[in-house]
Amino acid sequence: MLDVLMQTVRDVLPIAAVLFGFQVLVLRRRIPNLRRVLLGFVYVLVGLSLFLQGLEQALFPLGRLMAEQLTRPEFLYDGAAVHAITTVWTDYVWVYVFAACVGFATAIAEPALIAVAIKANQVSAGAIGVWGLRVAVALGVATGITLGAFRIVTGLPLHYFIIAGYVVVIVQTAMAPRLIVPLAYDSGGVSTSTVTVPLVAALGLGLASNVPGRSPLLDGFGMIAFACLFPIITVMGYAQISHWRARRRRDEGVDNE
Amino acid sequence: MSLKPHLLAFARTLRDSLRDLAPIFIVIGFFQLVVLRQPIPELEQILFGSLLVVLGLTLFIQGLELGLFPIGESMAHAFARKGSATWLLLFAFALGFGTTIAEPALIAVAKEAAEVAAGGGAIGADAEARAAYALGLRIAVALSVGFAIVLGVLRIIKGWPVHYLIISGYAGVVIMTAFAPKEIVGIAYDSGGVTTSTITVPLVTALGVGLAMSIKGRNPMIDGFGLIAFASLTPMIFVMGYGMLLNA
Repeated sequence: MLDVLMQTVRDVLPIAAVLFGFQVLVLRRRIPNLRRVLLGFVYVLVGLSLFLQGLEQALFPLGRLMAEQLTRPEFLYDGAAVHAITTVWTDYVWVYVFAACVGFATAIAEPALIAVAIKANQVSAGAIGVWGLRVAVALGVATGITLGAFRIVTGLPLHYFIIAGYVVVIVQTAMAPRLIVPLAYDSGGVSTSTVTVPLVAALGLGLASNVPGRSPLLDGFGMIAFACLFPIITVMGYAQISHWRARRRRDEGVDNE
Repeated sequence: MSLKPHLLAFARTLRDSLRDLAPIFIVIGFFQLVVLRQPIPELEQILFGSLLVVLGLTLFIQGLELGLFPIGESMAHAFARKGSATWLLLFAFALGFGTTIAEPALIAVAKEAAEVAAGGGAIGADAEARAAYALGLRIAVALSVGFAIVLGVLRIIKGWPVHYLIISGYAGVVIMTAFAPKEIVGIAYDSGGVTTSTITVPLVTALGVGLAMSIKGRNPMIDGFGLIAFASLTPMIFVMGYGMLLNA
């Protein structure tokens, strides 16, 4: 327990040094509500330590074990002798379901995403719902992780998917409401953090070491990249859909009058 | 500051945390009991761990509103009032570099990447060569995040539209992919996602929004967001560049 706290303190130290260094040496002004801010920092430190310690105790071991078991041939072929020399991608149905569920659930629990959603809600004066944004991002992460699992199973090259994703993002950027675009870009980076990365990495590694013909070193990567890319698409999609619906409601309202 | 509103806010955040964490418990429980048909091992430890997770998330969210958001914003306002772009950009770089170099997720990825490189014969297989490679990679990523925050802050000051820069970044990634050594591409793509940590994100977001609010003519929604997007794009380019540099 103390180890985790010390670890968190060590991670936060450079950040605190930069913040307080510039505050004291360059800005040379007192921080407003210093005591409150310091209390907030203590909360963040203790909270993050407890959070990580709890994950390490409750969820990660089970999740990692699960990722490993679900990708094992013994599970896939229900204990029957493994004589299938050629595996087809449909053998891994449970892996895809697991990937989608874990992607969604971890994104919802991701503290960094909660932070950005709170801020976006404040800045947009409530127009962007905290919950709506997070569900949109979580759906994107779920899609990303599932596609990532599919890619490892089939062995298709990673960059084709990424480049195709980029094309979709660029097309959507041209069409989506202007206000949402920067937030959508941001939501890619925040969706993969403390909760998502360890579980997803375990799934990628498990798949790459168990699927015949894949090497964990070469094929285990790419899941995180997918989990970063697809939320951009779903957040812009969410904004487009709510924009269209609002317009249709408005048009219908005009017709009825 | 009286205690009662404080406790009320705490209770509300606690309830939200329970709701936020429910899906992950349900998913893990469902797969363990229904799909894999196995009992849950060491139930007590798991229950205790879950309690810690819920409490920790609640405290973190409380601390966010008390500490991280206000300091990010107040520093943004102070820099805007000071009016020195040089110091602001220097701060942006220090924040990006400083928060990334010690990031545990990055340290883990760098170690894995060194093993891939050693396995592929790009570097020597001994521990020393691998450690040097991992450190080099971490520095490359930290530099790239520092650069990203500087670029992002500069964008807010100048009011450049974010999508031109992001699309140029995408073009950069695609071009680099064609030239970078094959084994580093996967790591490079993933490194974009692991650099932005749970503490960096709220701070950087508050900084961006605060700057956009204090500079005249900027809209916090359009100009305030986007810093994290840069910070998760530049590492891909820098890491592929690092791979090319070592191979050359």
